[in-house]
Amino acid sequence: MAYKFTRSAGLALVSAWALAACATTNAQSDSAPAAAADTKAGTFAAKGPKDDPFASTYKPFPNVATAIRGATIYDGKGGKIENGVVFMSGGKIVAVGGPDTPIPADIAVFDGTGKFVTPGIIDIHSHLGDYPSPGVDAHSDGNEATSPTTPEVWAEHSVWPQDPGFTRALANGGITALQILPGSANLMGGRSVTLKNVPGRTVQQMKFPGAPYGFKMACGENPKRVYGSRGRMPSTRMGNLAVNRQTWFDAIEYANNDKAKRDLGKETLAGVLRGEILVHNHCYRADEMALVMDMAKEMGYKVTAFHHAVEAYKIGDLLRENDVCSAIWADWYGFKMEAYDGILENAAFLQREGACVVIHSDDANDIQRLNQEAAKAQAAGRRLGINISDAEVIGWITYNAAKAMGIGDLTGSLEKGKMADVVLWNGDPLSVYSRPEKVWVDGALMFDAMNPKTRPVSDFELGQPGEGDVK
Amino acid sequence: MNRLLALGASLAALTAAAPALAQDMLITNAKVVIGDGSAPIDGASVLVRGGRVVAAGRNVAAPQGVPSMDAGGRWVTPGLFATITTLGLADVDAVDESNDSRAGGAPFSASLDAAQAINPTSQNILVHRAAGITRAASTTMPSGSIFGGQGAIIDLDGDANPVMQARAFQMVDLSEGGGRIAGGSRAAAHVLFRSALREAQALAGRSGIPGTTEITKGDKVMLGRFDAEALVPVVTGRQKLYVAVERAADIRAALALKAEFPRLDLVLVGVSEGWLVASEIAAAKVPVIANGLNDLPDTFQQLAATQSNVGRMKAAGVTVAINADAAQNPRRLPQTAGNLVALSRVPGASGLSWGEAFAAISSIPAAISGMGGKAGVLAPGALGDVVIWDGDPLEVGSVPTKVYISGVEQDLASHQSRLRDRYKTLDESARPKAFDW
Repeated sequence: MAYKFTRSAGLALVSAWALAACATTNAQSDSAPAAAADTKAGTFAAKGPKDDPFASTYKPFPNVATAIRGATIYDGKGGKIENGVVFMSGGKIVAVGGPDTPIPADIAVFDGTGKFVTPGIIDIHSHLGDYPSPGVDAHSDGNEATSPTTPEVWAEHSVWPQDPGFTRALANGGITALQILPGSANLMGGRSVTLKNVPGRTVQQMKFPGAPYGFKMACGENPKRVYGSRGRMPSTRMGNLAVNRQTWFDAIEYANNDKAKRDLGKETLAGVLRGEILVHNHCYRADEMALVMDMAKEMGYKVTAFHHAVEAYKIGDLLRENDVCSAIWADWYGFKMEAYDGILENAAFLQREGACVVIHSDDANDIQRLNQEAAKAQAAGRRLGINISDAEVIGWITYNAAKAMGIGDLTGSLEKGKMADVVLWNGDPLSVYSRPEKVWVDGALMFDAMNPKTRPVSDFELGQPGEGDVK
Repeated sequence: MNRLLALGASLAALTAAAPALAQDMLITNAKVVIGDGSAPIDGASVLVRGGRVVAAGRNVAAPQGVPSMDAGGRWVTPGLFATITTLGLADVDAVDESNDSRAGGAPFSASLDAAQAINPTSQNILVHRAAGITRAASTTMPSGSIFGGQGAIIDLDGDANPVMQARAFQMVDLSEGGGRIAGGSRAAAHVLFRSALREAQALAGRSGIPGTTEITKGDKVMLGRFDAEALVPVVTGRQKLYVAVERAADIRAALALKAEFPRLDLVLVGVSEGWLVASEIAAAKVPVIANGLNDLPDTFQQLAATQSNVGRMKAAGVTVAINADAAQNPRRLPQTAGNLVALSRVPGASGLSWGEAFAAISSIPAAISGMGGKAGVLAPGALGDVVIWDGDPLEVGSVPTKVYISGVEQDLASHQSRLRDRYKTLDESARPKAFDW
C-alpha cells in the first residue's frame, strides 16, 4: 500500500485514504515501485504497514545432510526416544525415531552414544542486542522511557547484531531462537522481534522468517515508578490501568476508522486487536495478572504470555482457563517488592494446574543456562510429589516457548518437516554437568565445541584480549 | 517443617546461645565431602560433639551414648560459606528503606560496620540457610566513597548473635566503579586510597602527622576522620583489605599496593581478567574471590572474561573462592561450582574437579575470611556445620534435607516454604487461602 504525500504540501495527507487501511492486497503492495515515478512527479509514497518494511533477509547457511545416532532424544513435545536417530537434510528435520530409523549411506553421522539431543533452546524473553555487552550508556537501547506508552517503537531497531551475548547464548546455552523485547519501563514498551540466533551484519539477517511480531506490555512497579517519579501519570497501579485502557479505547477507534491518519503506535495496537501481534506482558503479581486478563477481554485482545509471573502459581487455574502462558524464572525472588513471593515451585504448580509453562531468562547470563533453570524448577516439583518428566521439562524451553512466540509450527520440536534447529548435548541437558557439544540452526552447524573455529566471535571482540577464547 | 519444630527453633532463638541445643551425633553410611578439595568418600561417617566436628571419614569410631543416624548413602557436607554477600542487610534490594547494604547518603564509608546492621531473622538468611549456607561474609558495599565499610562474618542460625567476627575485612573498589565514585577516574580513586591509607598510617603513629579531617567532593564526604581511623587496622595488616578489581591492569595495580603499604593483607574480589595475570597473583600469594561464570565483556574492564577464569587461576596456583555476589542470589553458589566442574569436559576450557569446586564454596572462602579450619570443612575441631543433601550438592536439582549449625539442627522454613505449603492446592471451596496456615 502506498501512502502518498505531496512535496509542496510538506507532509500533508492527500489521497492515501482512497485505499482502506486494513484491506491491503499484494497487488497494492506490488505498486510500491511506482513510488519512484511518483517522486519524479512531485509526490512521495511510503510502503504500507503490511509491507514488512524491515523484512527478514535470513537465509539458512549451507548445510550437509547430517544424522545423529545412538543418543537420547527429547523431542520438545514431551516425547523421549532412547538410542534414537535424528536425521536432518536441506535444513529440515527429515526423520526422528528409534535405532532402526533409516539413514542414507553417504551423509555425516555423529555418534550420540551417552549424549542427548533436544530441539534448539528458545528464550522467549531476552534483551540481547537492545542491552548489549558492553553495557555502557551508549548501548542502552531497550527502554524508550520518555512516555508511558510507546507502542510505536520496534525492538529490532535497537538490536546491535554484534552483541557478544548472542554467541554465548549459542555456545553455552544451545539457544537457536529468541525473542528480543523492549524493556519494562513503559506500560506499552513496543514491538518485539524474534531472531534466529545466527551472527549477522544486520538485524534483518537474523530475523526469524515467518515469526509474528510480539507486543511488550508491563504491569506494576516499573511504569508507575518511572513516570510517577517524574510527576506524571501513572504513579499508581490504578494509574497504570487507566492509561492502558484509554490507550486501547483510542486504538479501537483508530482500528475502526478507515480514514484515520497513519499512526505507528496505533498500527501496532490494531495488530494486537486483530490477533496478528502477540501480547507479552511483564507482570509479577497474581492480582495484577487477573486484572490484565479482564482488561484484555474488555478490549478484545488476548494476552499470550505473562512474563516473570513470579506469582503465577497463585492463579494457575485462571491462567489455564484463559489459555495464557507464564514465562518465568526458576529461582529469582525478592529483588523487588513485587518479586517478594517468588518460590521455586512456581513452574511445578502451574504444570499441576495444566497451565502453560515457559522458562525464560531476561538475562545475558541466565540465557546460557535455561536448561539448568528448567531442571531446578522440575526438582522443586518432584520434592512435592509433582513428577514432571524430563521430556516435558525440555518442552518448557523449546516447544512451549516457540508456541507462545507464534513459531511453534516452524521450530521448537523435532518433527519431520520442521526447521532443523538442534542441540547435541554432551550429557543429560537437565544436569549442571552438561554443555552443548554441537548446535545446528536450520541444519547448519553453527557451533561445535570440538572445533575452536566454529566459535563465533563478534566484531567487538576482534583484537581484544580473549578473542576466540572458550567463553 | 511442622509447626512444633518451628516454634522450638524460635524459642531457642529467643532464649539461648546456639551451642545450648547442640546435639552430639554420628552420621553414618554417608557420601562425605570433607570440603578441603578432596574427593567425596563413600560409606563414611561424621561425628559431631559439643557443636564441633570430632571426626569425618571412613574409620570413625562410634562413641557410646552418641545418637547415630544412617544417612542411607546420601551426601553429607560441611555448611557452605558464602562470600561476598549482603545477607542480613536487606529485605528487598529495591525497597530502599529495607536495604542497609549501601549508605551512599551517609558522610561515612570505611567506618561503616555491617555487624551493627545485621538482622539475623531476615528472610534472605532463612532462605539461604535452607539452601545449605551456614556462614557468610556480609558487608556494606562501596557507594558514597570507594570504601565500602567493614564486613562481618556471620552465621545463619537466626539466633540473637549472628556476628562471629565483626570488622573482619574492609572493602575498597579500585575498579571502574571506584573510579566513578572518586570523581570520574581510576587515578582519582588511587589518590583517594593513598590519602586515606597515609592518614591511617599517621594515626597509627607509623609515619607522618595526622592532618586530614575530611576529604569532600561537593556535599559528598569521601573520607572523614572516623573513616581514617577505621583504616588503621587495614594499613597495619590487622584487618584484611578486599579490593574490587576486574581488568588485568587493575589487578596489577592492586598487587603493587603491597610495595607501598607492605603490611596490607590483600584479597582480590571480582577479578574477571585474572587469568591474564594469574602467575603474578599466585606469586604475590594474594587470594581471590572470583566471579564464577562471567563470560561477557559486560564492561571494558571485563573484555577477557571467560568461565575458564577460575580454572586457569587455580591451575596457576592461585587460591580461588567463588564470589556469591556475582550470582543472581547466593544460593546459586553450588550451581556455579557445578558449572566449573562441567567445564572440565569442554575441550579447551579449564574447570575444576568436583572436590576443588566444592572447596571453592566452602573451605576456601572460609579460610579467606579468617575461618580456616573452622568453617567450610569437616575437620576435627571445626564448627559443627553439617548439611545432609537429597542429591549431589552441586547438581541444580539438589537441596538440603537437614542443616546443622554448630551442631544445632536448623529449621528450614521460610516465607517461601510457607507460600509453597499454602499453594499446594488452589482449593478455596471452604474458606479463602488466608485461613490456610
